[in-house]
Amino acid sequence: MAMDKTTNVLIVDDYKTMLRIIRNLLKQLEFDNVEEATDGQEALAKLRAGQFGLVISDWNMAPMTGLDLLKEVRADARLRDTPFIMITAESKTENVVAAKQAGVSNYIVKPFNAETLRDKIEKVMAHA
Amino acid sequence: MPDGSQDSGGFRAPMPGRLHPPPHGGDPIEAAVRAVLGSLSGDMTVTEAALLAELEALGREVMRAKSEIAALRVDDINASHIPAATDELDAVVHHTATATNEILDSCETLEALQPRLSGPDAEALSNAVTRIYEACSFQDITGQRIGKVVSALKAIEGRVAAVTAAFGRGAGPSPLPEPATVAQTEGQALANGPQLPAAAASQAEIDRLLASFD
Repeated sequence: MAMDKTTNVLIVDDYKTMLRIIRNLLKQLEFDNVEEATDGQEALAKLRAGQFGLVISDWNMAPMTGLDLLKEVRADARLRDTPFIMITAESKTENVVAAKQAGVSNYIVKPFNAETLRDKIEKVMAHA
Repeated sequence: MPDGSQDSGGFRAPMPGRLHPPPHGGDPIEAAVRAVLGSLSGDMTVTEAALLAELEALGREVMRAKSEIAALRVDDINASHIPAATDELDAVVHHTATATNEILDSCETLEALQPRLSGPDAEALSNAVTRIYEACSFQDITGQRIGKVVSALKAIEGRVAAVTAAFGRGAGPSPLPEPATVAQTEGQALANGPQLPAAAASQAEIDRLLASFD
């Protein structure tokens, strides 16, 4: 299924370098409408103020983690259906299970490759 | 002074001649020894003498441990070794971040040239740049791993300060307070950073786990 490349994407990571990498990989996938946030609180404010079709978030951030951001998104009537991909170095089973139970759309473990990112975006947007 | 004679209280052992208060106080065990010594007068029983001998031996062990800790120069660990180690690790993170961003600058320059190419050349350039982007994510992982090491060093620093303070070396830094138990969210409680490669789940394993929920 073709991806809607015009959708607004919010990427969330406390490492500026990782934000830049993900932004560039998204650009290669022809997603040009990309905004950034460096923790869950900033991301939540942007999500509530804007219109986003996809969130790609790290887990380990302060003060609000990616999992806590996910829970806030799923608890918000307007945001609850937004596709949400976690990209994180947290690879324990308990992390994946917690994210799934919180409603994550897909889960990518770092380090990742561009093909995995493209594949997961396609899948979550197909179900959006 | 006792001379080993008997009285109505039973056999009386001689007061050990070497017993005397430690030359400097501050240690609870030494204080206990001094308190016991101060409470004794006249003859004492064999049991009391044995107890005193044990207390004296304990006091000597405490003094020996203090001397050994002093010889280790534990203050140096907190004053210089650990700060130096954390500074070096911070520098590693800074330099790798700088280098990674320079690599990304170069990649973006190369990508800007891509429209001038065509066919296989354009595709080869795009694939190479993508591989570099993927590889540059190492900086995030190494940064998180170094962060875990710094946290471990800070925990050691706190324990060393506590040991130093417990042995009466008042000139040293105050021990760090035990971390307060603060309420954590589930996300914070599960944020442990990257696993070691042997323990980390692969993307395929995570995909299978996610699929098991469907």
